[in-house]
Amino acid sequence: MRRFSWFNATSLTLGFAFLYLPMIILVIYSFNESRLVTVWAGFSTKWYGELIQNEEFLGAAWVTAKVAFFSSCLATVLGTMAAYVIVRAGRFKGRTLFSGMIYAPLVMPEVITGLSLLLLFIGIGLDRGILTVVLAHTTFAMCYVSVVVSSRLVSFDRSLEEAALDLGCSPFEAFRLVTLPIIAPAVISGWLLAFTLSLDDLVIASFTTGPGATTLPIKVFSAVRLGVSPEINALSTLMIAIVTVGVITASLVSKRAAVQQARDERAAERAE
Amino acid sequence: MAASVFAPWTDPDQKPLIEFRNVTKRFGDFTAINDLSLKIYEREFFALLGPSGCGKTTMMRMLAGFETPTQGNILLGGQVIDDVPPNKRAVNMMFQSYALFPHLSIWDNIAFGLKRESRDKASIEARVEEMLRLTRLTKFALRKPHQISGGQRQRVALARSLAKAPKLLLLDEPLGALDKKLREETQFELMDIQEKTGTTFVIVTHDQEEAMTVASRVAVMDEGRLVQVSTPDVIYEAPNSVYVAGFIGDVNLIKGTASARTTATVEEPEAPTQPAENTPSAAQQERTPRPNSYGEWLHDTLLSPILGKRVEAPKPKQLPAPTPEETATAKAAEAPDIPEGGLSLKWADGEPDLIAVNGDPALDGKEVTLALRPEKFSISKTKPTGVANAVKGKVIDIGYLGNISTYHVELPGGLMVKSQVTNTRRIARRDITWEDTVWLSFTATAGVVLPE
Ligand SMILES: Nc1ncnc2c1ncn2[C@@H]1O[C@H](COP(=O)(O)OP(=O)(O)O)[C@@H](O)[C@H]1O
Ligand SMILES: [Mg+2]
Repeated sequence: MRRFSWFNATSLTLGFAFLYLPMIILVIYSFNESRLVTVWAGFSTKWYGELIQNEEFLGAAWVTAKVAFFSSCLATVLGTMAAYVIVRAGRFKGRTLFSGMIYAPLVMPEVITGLSLLLLFIGIGLDRGILTVVLAHTTFAMCYVSVVVSSRLVSFDRSLEEAALDLGCSPFEAFRLVTLPIIAPAVISGWLLAFTLSLDDLVIASFTTGPGATTLPIKVFSAVRLGVSPEINALSTLMIAIVTVGVITASLVSKRAAVQQARDERAAERAE
Repeated sequence: MAASVFAPWTDPDQKPLIEFRNVTKRFGDFTAINDLSLKIYEREFFALLGPSGCGKTTMMRMLAGFETPTQGNILLGGQVIDDVPPNKRAVNMMFQSYALFPHLSIWDNIAFGLKRESRDKASIEARVEEMLRLTRLTKFALRKPHQISGGQRQRVALARSLAKAPKLLLLDEPLGALDKKLREETQFELMDIQEKTGTTFVIVTHDQEEAMTVASRVAVMDEGRLVQVSTPDVIYEAPNSVYVAGFIGDVNLIKGTASARTTATVEEPEAPTQPAENTPSAAQQERTPRPNSYGEWLHDTLLSPILGKRVEAPKPKQLPAPTPEETATAKAAEAPDIPEGGLSLKWADGEPDLIAVNGDPALDGKEVTLALRPEKFSISKTKPTGVANAVKGKVIDIGYLGNISTYHVELPGGLMVKSQVTNTRRIARRDITWEDTVWLSFTATAGVVLPE
């Protein structure tokens, strides 16, 4: 093994401190007894209790959950389809352009995505509300889904689909009965990714939202402008918890299947 | 017996199950299959043999429906099937990679194709159980594909593709991933299953031994063309080209100039030595069993009281000197009984021509190659008599393989040939060793004359 040099240790510590110290402070202060954010006055969970009684926050949380759920489902369907076409269709005219365009929103500044969506919705006369936020989130989340799913599809053995066709499946049945169950872990982690992305999006949502469709990040942002309250700390802590659980589940889903498979294969080799 | 031999390809009235009619397949500019015509009959075990990249898989994929011919047609049971999608063909394929569905159990893998048909549950179950029994997989029915060994996976793939009782089963290098012993076992298993189910099998392989073992007919391919289509023994004994001869088994290739034979050219290169009048010929002396001096001493000193006096072996009868006519008949008898016709082959300066009576006289004057299997050579230390062809050479190397020994012999002109001898006795041919001068002989029909 390589020696663990001082330089490595220092940069690692600094990097992680940089990443996580602010969050740790936030989590700690969410349990602060005092209303003043900067003064520690003992441990308490009372802000969580108050949070639960805050109708506005609860309403925003509910909107956010709905938006995240519907947009991630839509994004998963569209993103998986896009990935399938890009990986499978082979060479067709404009393939590079098409696949490039799928990934472009990944690097596009959110402000631009948000603004252009806003212009589109105004242009077609769509009233802004939950629907427009869902559509907007779908648009940018499907790029992420298609990246995740297409990286799985690249290593997918095509002869499995051909075997399904050979055994009498129509192309759609082959996809539903063979391809989809096999790439399911990638699709699920794509969905979780889309869900968390939607959950914490502020910029695009604020461009496309309308009356009655205030999402939690928008609510938090506007509340913070009036001053940081321990209630918001508590809320943020909960959001961190949810996102963490989501991300960890996503990686576990794909990793566990691989580990289990490797173990079974070793067992089969031994049994031979 | 001859009438019951399975050989539908010899019967012009037989309808082929599969027919390739001038099929060409191109991928862009690249021609993978080039104007290929072929008929395969029901219940055949047909092998496609050829080096990697010659288009075997492409032919299978066209049969399965994953590729369509660029030109020409493929017929199944007399119907053009070019536009029939794979899921509507009565053809199943066992994939090179097995392509088992990893998320389904062995049972569900085998049932997969059956569930696509409108069958009732009981008949699906019965059929799956039958397939499991046929391939000896009943114990593993509930396992997933990654929980069984390579050989078992291969049998699952076979069971799955057989379950729908296809008219035609395609096997693309089915045994490539198995080790030699398992592969040989599985070959016999495949033949057995093919016989039991009566399905037509088309198997792709690049292993010539495998093709020879399992197939009723073998097609040797090269760069998208069929070079020869015939039964394994014909492919082996009478290849139609140097390519086929070299592809199947070991072969010695002797190049030379052919000339059509007339009876006059039948001539012993050297006049046989006249036997000396008073002594038995060397051959006769060798053949008569007689005691050696130790045996004689043993008899005289110890055994004579019991066995009586030793009888001297009778002196070989002395015959009168042969008349000229007798010499002539003797010479004729000793000269090999070579049928007329065929070719003689000038292969090296100062060496007698080689005789191949099965050569096509039309090749007169052409450069040809005589292809000879190593086991067709007889090897001896003395010059054999009464054979059509005998060439002298020097043993360079000996390979002992247990059941057979291979002698690598250098012929005049530097050509290296291999001669194979079955080791029937335990110490086989110990008398021939490195650097020995030996004679290789073979009959006038042992080789095949192939045009350049
Ligand atoms: N889909 C394809 N696109 C382009 N070339 C192909 C394709 N499939 C096969 N080929 C080419 O056709 C040739 C024959 O391939 P294949 O039938 O797989 O050979 P084999 O199975 O005999 O090894 C190869 O040179 C291969 O590169
Ligand atoms: Mg192949």
